[in-house]
Amino acid sequence: MEMIAFLLNGTFVFATALIFAALGGLITERTGVINLGLEGFMVSGAFTAGVVSYYAEQAGLGAASPWMGFLAAPIFTLLFAALHAVASVKFKANQVISGLVVNMLASSSTFFLVKLLFDGAAETPILNHVFNKVYIPILSDLPIVGEGLFRLYPVTYIALILAAIIYFIMFHTPLGLRMRAVGEHPGSADTAGVRVNRLRFLAVLAGGMVASLGGATVTLTANSSFAFHTISGQGYIALAAVIFGRWHPIGALGAAIFFGFAQALKDQMQIVEAAKFIPNEVFYLLPYVLTLVVLIFTSKRSSSPAALGEPYEPGKR
Amino acid sequence: MAEQHDIVLQLKGLTKRFGEFVANDHIDLELRKGEVLALLGENGAGKSTLMNMVFGLYQPEEGEIWVKGQQLTMDTPSVAIEHGIGMVHQHFKLVPPFTVTENIILGMETKKGLRLDKKSAAARIQELSDMYKLNLKPHARIDSISVGMQQRVEIMKILYRGADILIFDEPTAVLTPQEISELLGIFRKLTKEGKSIIVITHKLKEIMEAADRCTVIRRGKVIDTLIVKDTTPQQLAERMVGHNVKLTVDKEDAKPAETMLHVQDIWAKDDSGHDMLKGLSFEVKAGEIVGIAGVDGNGQTELVEAISGMRPTQKGKIQLGSDELTNRNPRDVSEIGVGHIPQDRHKHGLVLDFTIEENSVLKSYFKSPWTKNGIIQSDIIKEETERYVKDYDIRTPGTGVLARSLSGGNQQKIIIAREIERKPRLLIAAQPTRGLDVGAISFVHKQLIAERDAGKGVLLVSFELEEIMNVADRILVIFNGQIVGETTPKQTNEQELGLMMAGKLERGFAHV
Repeated sequence: MEMIAFLLNGTFVFATALIFAALGGLITERTGVINLGLEGFMVSGAFTAGVVSYYAEQAGLGAASPWMGFLAAPIFTLLFAALHAVASVKFKANQVISGLVVNMLASSSTFFLVKLLFDGAAETPILNHVFNKVYIPILSDLPIVGEGLFRLYPVTYIALILAAIIYFIMFHTPLGLRMRAVGEHPGSADTAGVRVNRLRFLAVLAGGMVASLGGATVTLTANSSFAFHTISGQGYIALAAVIFGRWHPIGALGAAIFFGFAQALKDQMQIVEAAKFIPNEVFYLLPYVLTLVVLIFTSKRSSSPAALGEPYEPGKR
Repeated sequence: MAEQHDIVLQLKGLTKRFGEFVANDHIDLELRKGEVLALLGENGAGKSTLMNMVFGLYQPEEGEIWVKGQQLTMDTPSVAIEHGIGMVHQHFKLVPPFTVTENIILGMETKKGLRLDKKSAAARIQELSDMYKLNLKPHARIDSISVGMQQRVEIMKILYRGADILIFDEPTAVLTPQEISELLGIFRKLTKEGKSIIVITHKLKEIMEAADRCTVIRRGKVIDTLIVKDTTPQQLAERMVGHNVKLTVDKEDAKPAETMLHVQDIWAKDDSGHDMLKGLSFEVKAGEIVGIAGVDGNGQTELVEAISGMRPTQKGKIQLGSDELTNRNPRDVSEIGVGHIPQDRHKHGLVLDFTIEENSVLKSYFKSPWTKNGIIQSDIIKEETERYVKDYDIRTPGTGVLARSLSGGNQQKIIIAREIERKPRLLIAAQPTRGLDVGAISFVHKQLIAERDAGKGVLLVSFELEEIMNVADRILVIFNGQIVGETTPKQTNEQELGLMMAGKLERGFAHV
């Protein structure tokens, strides 16, 4: 029983970063721009959170310092998001390559900056203040679900609320209608007076900012510092969650939770006596293998935005 | 003052160049309130360029645009929309997974607080729809409604934006005869309400039926403006191409011989896994042209692909004479004796960035004499291609130029030359004249008839009823993945065929 509660709790802890990143990816991809740069945006967010929170701590901000890092992450990440936006929207470069370049640039430049800032260290100093789990009154005392759902980091609740907000924007506001139109059939949107490339540009920026919160979450909850391997592929898993979730905010949320579960399972299985004979590496592989398996079974009937990956040129019919 | 008209749109000396090429050369044109003005011209005559300038998609180099007595600079479509000009494009600008209402309000959404207010928009659309008899369902999804209704959504889109000058670019290209007559009815309704309409078209029949005046454009210049009720289709056609033309094709009666193609109970799916062919059967005999008539999307594409080996079938049998074609690969099918003029010449007919020579041998380069001992014989290929260019009247500066640089008609001629010169027993022609002008169309038709007369079987798939009626010897109507009727051009007319194409009439099976 207790194990189920821990598994549930772990699922949400790991899922939080993926939820942010998947939502960021979704915002961008719904307008028709492939966002392979999620990994890079997460790296950039994780880096910024590690550095800014450390300096905030040094400045004596105490428990407020992780919040400083969390809020700084999207601002710094604008730099990388702008790169992807300029290359893929303004100059109509190949969106896949542009995203990959962002990833490489983000991981190498942040690694370099860490060395520069901290006298050649391979990671940012361990933070004394990271997010603490919030115990929601009364609910957190319930059996199983109390531990599982109501003793989580504040950012988890923020991620869930953000998913609801993005769902509302996507399907119940003029902005959402326009974003979806631009991703499905930019020619229609253009003739209806929607400025296609401007909207895409902004969506890449917004998506990058939201995704960076996922990176910041990793630094400020599970890790307490930022290093080269902090993110290690979670951006790609988040992209898989977007696809698995069929480009729908609630779908992506569910998919991110599923992949979070795979990671939580990894941790829990290592403790289980009966599974001791299985090498640890097998469990570490689990999230990635699951991602592949899920994609194999869902990609065939995927419902991607029709114009995903196609730069929009008004003259073309 | 009987000649006094209320002019809502006037173009004065409008000129547009693309590099050296003058697409529009000092065009003058006027549109009167409450009339339907047809803009007639061949492909590439400059009709669409002209209307794109009026709608603000292109900017003219010279000339003036006056709308309701006011001179305007059309920088963007929004200027045009603001002054009441709306355009229904040939390729609809609709978002398929959106509803009718969502498509119409896109770009000028109604809001209630932060929320999108679809309810009041839908009510307004319903009201306008009733007023103009557009018969729209505001909550239906675009991908679930007919092409005819999609077009009415386009019309509603511009009416909703308050347009009173409506421009239609080839509006009937995708419609059934019934839908066409409905559309012409809507035109009358619109003009009665004081709207003015410009129709870009090359279909003479519709001009005769619906337009008040007709402005003819040839090679970027206005040739003439005619009062429709005082003219004839023949006269219009001559103005359009600049010389005498035959509007029908001469041919003798078919002399069908042994069965060439035998298709029996075939089933096939489209890319998303839906059944598109549902137990379809028919035959094509040597020496006859069988026309498949039907509205786009009833399985024609899948049928052609199934026969030519590009799409697997789940059930059924396809045979050419005694040779099995069922689920063979495209090269086998082509070697067994099937020629294929594909529906999409850019996607399946040509490698656009290959030369005419390379495209000419695309299906036989691996055989002698084109290849000897594994080496391609370019001089033999060049010689042969030069003969094609001469025999098939391919207008090109040379055989070494890229296929991309030729006009649609000449590209199509390369394909036709290649397929016919391979001496197939069966020739499949899918939409062989799509986007071609009058001259090229009659060339293609003559070639198909010549193949028939040489004893080949010809399968013609076309959405153009006129083409089917003119060229085919026997007509099969396809609807919802099945053949629902069989007839001949002499026994039927376009109205009846239209009903069959819409699945509302079945006939002709008695003598199969």
